[in-house]
Amino acid sequence: MKRRDFFRRTLPLTMPVVLPSLVHGMSFRAWADSPSLRAAARGLGEGRVVVLIQLNGGNDGLNTVIPLGHYDAYHAARANIAIPENKILHLKGFDQTGLNPAMPEMQWLFETGKLAIIQGVSYPQPNFSHFRATDIWLTGADAGQILPTGWAGRYLDERYPQFPRNYPNPDMPDPLAIQVGSLVSPALQGPGLTMGMAISNPNSFYDLINDKSEPVPDSRAGDQLAYIREMAVKTDQYAGVIKAAAQKVTKQSDCYPAPGKNPLADQLKIVARLVAGGLRTQFYLVSIGGFDTHARQVEPGDPTTGAHARLLAKLSEAINAFQDDLSLLQVSDRVMGMTFSEFGRRIQSNASGGTDHGAAAPVFVFGEKVQGGVIGQNPGWPDKLTVNDNIAMQYDFRSVYNTLLEKWFLSDETIAETALLKKYPSLALIRQGA
Amino acid sequence: MPNPTLITSGIRRYKGPWDEMRAAHLLRRTMFGVKRSDLAYFLQKSPRKAVRELLYTTYALPAPPVNNYNDDKYTDPEIAAGNDWTLSLKYDGMNNGRRKNSFKSWWLGLMIGQDRSIREKMVLFWHNHFVTETNTVDNALFCYRYNALLREHALGNFRQLVKAMTTEPAMLRYLNGYANTKKAPDENYGRELQELFTVGKGPGSHYTESDVKAAARVLTGYTVNYKTYTSSFDPNRHDEGDKIFSSFYGNTVIRGIKGKDAVTELDQMLDMIFASEEVSLFLCRKLYRFFVYHTIDDETEQQVIKPLAKLFRKKDYAIQPVLEELLCSRHFFDPANKGSMIKSPVDFTVGLCREFDVAFPDAGEYSDLYGFWEQLRNQAAGLQQNIGDPPNVAGWQAYYQQPEYDKLWISSDTLPKRNMFSDRMIGGGLGRNGKKVVIDPVAFAAGLPDPADPDQLIIDSMHALYSVELPPEELQFIKTNTLLSGLVGMASDHYWTNAWKAFREKPDDKNAMNTVTNKLRALYRHLMDMPEYQLM
Repeated sequence: MKRRDFFRRTLPLTMPVVLPSLVHGMSFRAWADSPSLRAAARGLGEGRVVVLIQLNGGNDGLNTVIPLGHYDAYHAARANIAIPENKILHLKGFDQTGLNPAMPEMQWLFETGKLAIIQGVSYPQPNFSHFRATDIWLTGADAGQILPTGWAGRYLDERYPQFPRNYPNPDMPDPLAIQVGSLVSPALQGPGLTMGMAISNPNSFYDLINDKSEPVPDSRAGDQLAYIREMAVKTDQYAGVIKAAAQKVTKQSDCYPAPGKNPLADQLKIVARLVAGGLRTQFYLVSIGGFDTHARQVEPGDPTTGAHARLLAKLSEAINAFQDDLSLLQVSDRVMGMTFSEFGRRIQSNASGGTDHGAAAPVFVFGEKVQGGVIGQNPGWPDKLTVNDNIAMQYDFRSVYNTLLEKWFLSDETIAETALLKKYPSLALIRQGA
Repeated sequence: MPNPTLITSGIRRYKGPWDEMRAAHLLRRTMFGVKRSDLAYFLQKSPRKAVRELLYTTYALPAPPVNNYNDDKYTDPEIAAGNDWTLSLKYDGMNNGRRKNSFKSWWLGLMIGQDRSIREKMVLFWHNHFVTETNTVDNALFCYRYNALLREHALGNFRQLVKAMTTEPAMLRYLNGYANTKKAPDENYGRELQELFTVGKGPGSHYTESDVKAAARVLTGYTVNYKTYTSSFDPNRHDEGDKIFSSFYGNTVIRGIKGKDAVTELDQMLDMIFASEEVSLFLCRKLYRFFVYHTIDDETEQQVIKPLAKLFRKKDYAIQPVLEELLCSRHFFDPANKGSMIKSPVDFTVGLCREFDVAFPDAGEYSDLYGFWEQLRNQAAGLQQNIGDPPNVAGWQAYYQQPEYDKLWISSDTLPKRNMFSDRMIGGGLGRNGKKVVIDPVAFAAGLPDPADPDQLIIDSMHALYSVELPPEELQFIKTNTLLSGLVGMASDHYWTNAWKAFREKPDDKNAMNTVTNKLRALYRHLMDMPEYQLM
């Protein structure tokens, strides 16, 4: 992947905003606090960062976070892919729930209080189409609602009004959001323009900071192309600050695997470098694909290995290296990470040794300041399980978003409500006093 | 070490394969952008037949511009709305500026709606060659007639065009020919006639300052009549003395002539100028830079320019044979020339509308139609190509300024503007009175051979929009990130296929429509934001 261009932008969508439908009643464990306390603490919220890790394809939550407490039912529902009970990683203090054995680093993060697991995250009337479900998660929409803007884009639009006019400026010299490893996410779409920029390819990032340029064909067209690319980097108002931030960091954690081995780790390594380099960017988005495991998600004969295990191992390795790096770089108290996927997978496995599209799934939230633990119950299901049964929602995904906005960014309730289009209760994900 | 930018294929006729890539190359260079329907049409021909059709098919001259300019401050009392204002001989402070705008928008509209002909491209070529600026010429009718002259002679005879241009009112105004009298000779046109229009300043051109003065004297006596808006010759203002030229022109002496017959001095002077090989060399180099590539190395000079110039002289300066020879050549179709030019702003803006077959209001809705043309014209102007008003008499720098040439179109100002324009055209589009001019990405994809197959859709889109290829891993990246919402692997392709089929089966289903529209928008937005889209 050599000739990626450094900066990728998205287009302003100018469709009318569809107003949200009425609130769907659910009970939440809301976190009691007062608006005035939050306002006083807002200074602390400055400089805080949210890292969103998107697991593309629909992660099989049930084989990620495993209901040890009713292992028999779990095994019965998916005998051909069930993780053997004795291989499941235990979570300290939560003996009903365990982790896939591919994720020892996540177990350790949990043990040290840096990982929270939220069970059953979804939304009412979940959609089973990748495209639609992805749009729902990224735009923060209801099941039947089509939104032209992204949830983080709406937040940033409130937080930094009039962007991009008069930006960058001394108060916000840096990109508002950075997508690493792909094109700018619809999550960052603002009312007119995208609020984010993309470093679509790690190689191009290193080319930029090392003043190298991507090779072009040695031809008449190649000569023209090289010039236009050079101009594209030059004209990007953020190329300079990104390069400067990256150059402030000369040593990163040894926990990262070699470049190219784990694309998610490669992306997060760039994020850590930019955070530690002093960018005031609020959102970083990274992603890893391949979770659409309809067939052979485990190796026959050893369900602890196979495609899904490899993906979870990469996730675990990457998050652990990232967390280690943030500590080494002394910025871990500023960063909160979150994983999500467009849906979980079916409770019952299929005959191909895989799982089909499902509904609710666990979400990981990690960081130095996280309130570690498991929120919510193990998913349950009827005794007479059918192929159509799905994991029920316990928490609306927008409650997780709301928690990040209100409790981590310490933003105004009204801003969070504007971003999420209605009021969602926060969850106890952030450590008290953080 | 071999130089990869060196092309040795020469002027001999190209007889290789005729495929989409080569046909698109021909159409990008000779028209503005490539319409899918035009591509399909020309693919059925041979390369030579395609070139000949572009060059020799006679199309009717376009109807003149109309009054689109009545507004709340002004209603034209003479020319009714929607009617041809070029019939008017009354120009004043109220109508002149409005008519000039009308003329410029009309011209851009001709490019958008061009026939299957090289003609509109040649009009732009000649405009850049025989520059006038509407801001200086200042009269709308002069501007229109000058433009009509370019179109009339676009594929005619160069010598006749030079002659006609010399006495064209817009040019007399622009280079002060109307004020060139025996008492007060003005050398402006006499100089540019040689430096910019005919013999040029190539290495073999050695005309002198005294030749400039002599030429100016030959041209004394022309005036502009502001009642008829035509030019005329006044023998009383003509210098009747002999005009003596330098050795570069064989020490020619043009004997002074009295009375009306003095206009024949111009014919004698043009005979003298066109006797120089430099004229043919100069113009062939300029055509080469406009249609092929900016730099003329020695190989190209010997293998392409010289044979072309020889043919040009042999054909007594007829334009078509020279263009035919160039456009049919191995050199022109050499793969190394593919994508070797940076799109001019007009190629970029007009070409985008044409290649996506963007719909405009009907001719009956001329007010909105001209309004949209004006918006596009302003976009091109913002990108530093304001048709009708090049920066100076030498034309746009990108066509002549070495060593940068067409790289000059791309700057820290214009590159983001180009991206913003294409983003806008694939997003909200241009708006006017509730109407929209916008890319329909679904219609475009539907016109490609196999839009249900995401790999094929992206490859076909790339070929439709680019003159260069992207590597396979880049295509996969684009597929995953636009059509597949981040899904990876071959096994995921059917999600796009299903979404496309669902839409085709139920085109009225909003969700299905929304899904494919958003993904195709992301795809085309991205393809147009890539530097590759700036090449042609």
